[in-house]
Amino acid sequence: MIFTLGIYYLTPWIRWDRGPQLPDQAVLIDLANRRFFFFWIEIWPHEFYFVAGLLIMAGLGLFLFTSALGRVWCGYACPQTVWTDLYILVERWIEGDRNARLRLHRQKKLDFRKVRLRLTKWVTWFLIGLATGGAWVFYFADAPTLLRDLVTLNAHPVAYTTMLFLTLTTFFFGGFAREQICIYACPWPRIQAAMMDEDTLTVGYREWRGEPRGKGKSREGLGDCIDCNACVNVCPVGIDIRDGQQMECITCALCIDACDDVMEKLGKPRGLIDYLAFSDEPRERAGHAPRPIWQHVFRPRTILYTTLWSLVGIGLVFALFIRPEIEMTVAPVRNPTFVTLSDGTIRNTYDVRLLNKHGEDRPFRITLTGDSALRVQVEGTPYETVDVPANETYLTRVYVLAPSGSDAAEAERTEFRFWVEDLTNGDRAHTDTIFNGRTN
Amino acid sequence: MSDDKKNIKPGHDYETTGHSWDGIEEYNKPLPKWWLYTFYACIVWAIGYTIAYPAWPGISSATAGLLGYSTRGQVAEEIARADEANASINAELANADLVALASDSGSDLHRYANNAGGAIFKSWCSQCHGSGAAGAKGYPNLQDDAWLWGGSIEDIYTTIHTGIRQPTDEDWLRQSQMPAFGRDGLLERPEIASVVNYVMSLSGMDVPEPDLVADGQVVFENNCSACHAEDGTGDRMQGAPNLTDQIWLYGGDYDTIYETVMNARYGQMPPMGGADLSEAEVRAVALYVHGLGGGEASE
Repeated sequence: MIFTLGIYYLTPWIRWDRGPQLPDQAVLIDLANRRFFFFWIEIWPHEFYFVAGLLIMAGLGLFLFTSALGRVWCGYACPQTVWTDLYILVERWIEGDRNARLRLHRQKKLDFRKVRLRLTKWVTWFLIGLATGGAWVFYFADAPTLLRDLVTLNAHPVAYTTMLFLTLTTFFFGGFAREQICIYACPWPRIQAAMMDEDTLTVGYREWRGEPRGKGKSREGLGDCIDCNACVNVCPVGIDIRDGQQMECITCALCIDACDDVMEKLGKPRGLIDYLAFSDEPRERAGHAPRPIWQHVFRPRTILYTTLWSLVGIGLVFALFIRPEIEMTVAPVRNPTFVTLSDGTIRNTYDVRLLNKHGEDRPFRITLTGDSALRVQVEGTPYETVDVPANETYLTRVYVLAPSGSDAAEAERTEFRFWVEDLTNGDRAHTDTIFNGRTN
Repeated sequence: MSDDKKNIKPGHDYETTGHSWDGIEEYNKPLPKWWLYTFYACIVWAIGYTIAYPAWPGISSATAGLLGYSTRGQVAEEIARADEANASINAELANADLVALASDSGSDLHRYANNAGGAIFKSWCSQCHGSGAAGAKGYPNLQDDAWLWGGSIEDIYTTIHTGIRQPTDEDWLRQSQMPAFGRDGLLERPEIASVVNYVMSLSGMDVPEPDLVADGQVVFENNCSACHAEDGTGDRMQGAPNLTDQIWLYGGDYDTIYETVMNARYGQMPPMGGADLSEAEVRAVALYVHGLGGGEASE
């Protein structure tokens, strides 16, 4: 819980130097400039497939963990669980343990103590919610600046609205709705059933050891379960684990701890309720030890998920490395298709967009290959070079000239290739296009 | 479905409307109350709405409505708001040094003027010069590097502001007239034929009757060189085109040139300055045209 909360709250404050004209926040979703920064990686909108790939990986990873270890996502990493746990922790600090809380809850009279405890709890919850919504907006803007703006009431209304919305949802989902969200709102428990099988490690009740259950000192003809209901009482989603696997179970393992405590007091072995794989049941009934965990974890299904997950991951890393640092798109200006100059030269115009992904202005040189007679000229200059501002798509007009009488000037269309070269590091990119000569 | 108990007759029979056609009766199932009252509320609302907003059609227009709302008025408001927002930058443009502005392509004012000029060009100039400024027969291509009256930013500004061959141009800035050599009897037809051959030879074209070129040169020097210059490169002071280049406003074939010498040409352009366009707008469109690819540096 501390780990996941720590990641969430601290990530926006990590700094990462990217050069003078780029933000130095390590993880930043810059909606206004349509960039996504993640440490050394910078994603432009047309590279959104990286995000899609990451989501696919997250999905496959979830499948993998679920098929191997059951509902670990829900129990350990799901924000709903993490924040609910945090809220319950606060509740325990302020109102005492479960029995004390129940007493307070049932107390009809609204005396000073009840009001004080309730208010303290709600205010603390609300502050946690506020911090949650606050941390969220820091992912979308420079965190220190935004914090200062927020405190001095100078931030954008959208920031406040988002914060308010997330504060309220955190407050109600974590404080009041809790596992109702898991049971009624979350689609994952439904999907999860398809991911699990008998080899999945999950929280289960050793029915073959506990049954028939029964109270009393005399254990004649009875199993180990003394029917103390400790497992039912601690269950946050209100199920009886002894009835078998249920959709509501979020694998929080509170029943394991509760039962182990009881078993220890009784001097019986722990593990009546335990992490187990149900494929071990016949072996255990026969009195053998369960198979080691790794035999459950490594099976075709998990290996398949791991392979798929790795393939997507390798593909993404590969794509990341071959990703070009400069890019060019060319749109020929067709109105008019060509212009005759006074010396008979035929001129075509192209709108060229150059992408400079670096954190500094860089000179790019535009050249062409494919027809030796053609010549490049950047609008407004006699040169072939253009300075592209840092981290921008820069639109420039480029003329291509064919001298009077040359093949390109007389032919209706001539194919050629534009090249752009980053003069700082020699990176190159190219685009094929057409030159239109005299049509009459 | 209404389960209103009042409508059920004793004996589980529904109340009917009392109508009977050939023994067929109609159940009386009134609209749900909430539906009915919503409907009444809508009627009341509609009456109020037609009073407040334009609604009832008349012969030539509709009632205006008490609130005075109209979509046309909204557009006018929006235009007024845009004009107001642009007022300061337009004032800046109207007073800016055009030459410096034309060369300073990175400045905000230049970008504003260029965009504004593009829009003005589309509304006011593209009818003749084409939306891409490629021109047409008799209407110059503004993208090339040939200029009848000069291609510097000041020349272009003056042309747009004054128009070409306009009676309002009392300062004689853009006035000239080519004589109709044939029609007015200044030249005989053989002379015209020879001078056309000579003019075609000036820009290196294939000449239909090469042996007339020498005669044509004499005719040219006596009749044409005053405006088109001895070497045929033209005179921008008089809008006399350069005859040695590859660009022909009306066409470079024998027949067209013959017709030009015979009847002359008198291309005109309306003045954009003053009435139609504001000073800032004329400057914006001048800047736009100057930036189309053929603009020349100022001297």
